[in-house]
Amino acid sequence: MDVKMISILGAAFAVAIGSIGPGLGEGRAVAAAMDAIARQPDAAGTLSRTLFVGLAMIETMAIYCLVIALLLLFANPYAG
Amino acid sequence: MASPLTAVELFRVGSLPITKPVVTTWVIMAGMTLAAWLITRRLSLRPDRRQAALELVVLGLLGQIEEVLRKDARPYLPLLGTLFLFLVVANLSGLVPGVEAPTSKLETTGALAAIVFVSVQSFGVRAQGLWGYLAAFGQPKLIMLPLNLVSEVTRHFSLMVRLFGNVMSGEFIIALLLALAGLLVPIPLMALEVLVGLVQAYIFTILATVFIGAAIGSVERG
Repeated sequence: MDVKMISILGAAFAVAIGSIGPGLGEGRAVAAAMDAIARQPDAAGTLSRTLFVGLAMIETMAIYCLVIALLLLFANPYAG
Repeated sequence: MASPLTAVELFRVGSLPITKPVVTTWVIMAGMTLAAWLITRRLSLRPDRRQAALELVVLGLLGQIEEVLRKDARPYLPLLGTLFLFLVVANLSGLVPGVEAPTSKLETTGALAAIVFVSVQSFGVRAQGLWGYLAAFGQPKLIMLPLNLVSEVTRHFSLMVRLFGNVMSGEFIIALLLALAGLLVPIPLMALEVLVGLVQAYIFTILATVFIGAAIGSVERG
């Protein structure tokens, strides 16, 4: 296995494993927000704005993994 | 396949390379300025249809910002409103055939995040004074100072990477599907891209608002 092969594998695993955590986290956040909106429909505006901001924060982790994968594939400093 | 981390260089001004996303940004800026000039040319107390639509947008933005800041939002409306409108147009410009969304390149999102970073600091200093603003980094305990300083940089960095990652990955997936499956197949994904573009513009603006709120002390820092 040369560096290119390892980089491709690394990129695939970075996205595959790195998206598990944010996926679970976003699911929990949306479930909690749905629960809160069902209990208190009046606060739906505030809740969904906070939800969006929170989801953006969680999603950042997955995006970081994507960027690492892209760096490995397209801007790898070790693959010549 | 072309790397999403680099941009096509079109021409040079002196030794300064001008890339495709920069030219797209210029076209969007010129178009939006022209549209704004055309709509606001004849403002009247009894608004016609175009002026009413514009007032709806501006007042909606003002209300949203005010809800987050819990303060008079007028000093911050020019920056945040321009950011939001520009991001909506820039994110959706990727749907026009032959045009790449400028926000799908790191340089554009980096520039936008740098603008937000500088304006957050200046709004903070203006609202609290230099010493008051710097002292806020030592809250709630002085031991938090390094963490607060690091988070000040990383959250603007993540602002840049988030917008880039979302818009770029959408365009990348559409390009991949087009290459694999053929014409007309990526249309459902392009519809999803409209939603993603609008949501990302909203998130970028709301996060910039929250950062400004933290800097001027009207929102909890975090």
